Amino acid sequence: MWGWFHRLGSPKSFYEISGFLLPAMFALAGVLLVTGTVWALGFVPQDYQQGHSVRIMYIHVPAAILAQSGYMMMAAAGAVFLIWRIKLADIALQCAAPIGATLTFLALVTGAIWGKPTWGTLWVWDARLTSTLILFFLYVGVIALRSAMDGRESAGRATAMLAVVGLINLPIIKYSVDWWFTLHQPSSFSLTEKPSMPIEMWLPLLVMVLGFYLFFFSVWAVRIRTEILNREYGTQWVQSL
Amino acid sequence: MIFESFGAFMHMGGHGQFVWCAYGIATLVIAYNVIQPILMRRKVIALNKQRIAREGKL
Amino acid sequence: MNILLATIRRDLLLHFRQPADILNPLVFFLIVISLFPLGIGPSEAVLSSIAAGVIWVAVLLATLLSIDVMLKGDFDDGTLEQIALGKQSLLVVVFGKVISQWLVSGFLMALMSPLFAMMFYVNTEGMIAIAVGLLLGTPTMTLIGSIGAALTLGLKKGGVLIAILVLPLYIPVLILGTAMVESAVFGHSYTGHALWLAALLVLSIGFAPLATQMSIRISLSQ
Repeated sequence: MWGWFHRLGSPKSFYEISGFLLPAMFALAGVLLVTGTVWALGFVPQDYQQGHSVRIMYIHVPAAILAQSGYMMMAAAGAVFLIWRIKLADIALQCAAPIGATLTFLALVTGAIWGKPTWGTLWVWDARLTSTLILFFLYVGVIALRSAMDGRESAGRATAMLAVVGLINLPIIKYSVDWWFTLHQPSSFSLTEKPSMPIEMWLPLLVMVLGFYLFFFSVWAVRIRTEILNREYGTQWVQSL
Repeated sequence: MIFESFGAFMHMGGHGQFVWCAYGIATLVIAYNVIQPILMRRKVIALNKQRIAREGKL
Repeated sequence: MNILLATIRRDLLLHFRQPADILNPLVFFLIVISLFPLGIGPSEAVLSSIAAGVIWVAVLLATLLSIDVMLKGDFDDGTLEQIALGKQSLLVVVFGKVISQWLVSGFLMALMSPLFAMMFYVNTEGMIAIAVGLLLGTPTMTLIGSIGAALTLGLKKGGVLIAILVLPLYIPVLILGTAMVESAVFGHSYTGHALWLAALLVLSIGFAPLATQMSIRISLSQ
């Protein structure tokens, strides 16, 4: 197990294994996303309260989930890099940040668009939207620190440190925002918080969430592979490609 | 399909503009995330070729 | 323990010889707060309802301004590197630096805050809650801020970057602090809020100096 872990941790074997898996991952992600989108747009029954605008949920919720778990995976890579100094983890952290940030942005924008027919305004200081906004700031911080330190040897460790500190704070921020929300707007109803969703509504959601996960992993892998080529160009195996 | 006509599909009971706008932006974000790494990869490969050529001359 | 006291003493002495570094953030705090009545109008109802938020946000920003210089001087003249290489624990030194930094920034602002609360027509209950909340909240902010200061050491454009890195992390403190004032103004008990702020303080005393120490080593390692 350990040996396998270390072998995957070397840039070269990651490059080889991911190159083998990528086409299948991309294809599966594409199939899931297309199926999910067609299902969500054309076949899901409309909501009795929100009408057809409930279809926005099938993008908003997966994007929001990926925004959060993307940050967690990024910070986990940061922790691995700080503890074991595995080069691949540094590359993974650097490559996850822009994907996570764009998906957080997508969650925010779709949340705002969804808010328009539901609440009548584009922005409401809803607990979920507010903590997504703060998550976006955290991503921006990681990217900003990284680009300010560009070219420094310590850039990777500093960014990893920041990501880990952010991860420790994330639950505290989330709980405090939830609490702040119940304090100020107890009556307004939150998006997607239904007591129980019928199966014909959550099954396509599941397809979309899986599709977004696979998409995240495939794009992440492509970015990591590029960064490996960039950093390891001096090695023989890169030059022989 | 729960819609009777293509027009109803586009209109979505008055919510069409929101739904299509959201899906349009999602498509853009996904396309960006696919295209940007591919362009980056091409750039890095070209850069590496340059690097190797330069070192070959030295 | 001796190192801790020595660090606090040394840093306080340095601060008093360079009073501008302490005074400027405080003056900034004062000006920012006075801008709000000018921008919004002197209506008592409006001002008293936004008082807690305004004072807390002003403290947040002033803390950020002062945190920028906390490690910079020692980093630029090499003292920090000597300390990091030396025998005494960097962790203790960091802790001492944070304490002395807090004494000349957050602590002073907490003492000044009832005055501003009064200028914003907050009642006595609210004034006490603002001061207590700031006494509990500002050390947390200085502790978290020190991580940002350590990470941006040696960067030219450190100032704005610290704000981007650290401000999102201040949000829980801000929420708790302002909610505490709100419940005090309406005559409710605010012990719960104070305990939560204290819990965050304890948590950051436990983690932040460690993270700051590691970040200083990272920044020194290039």
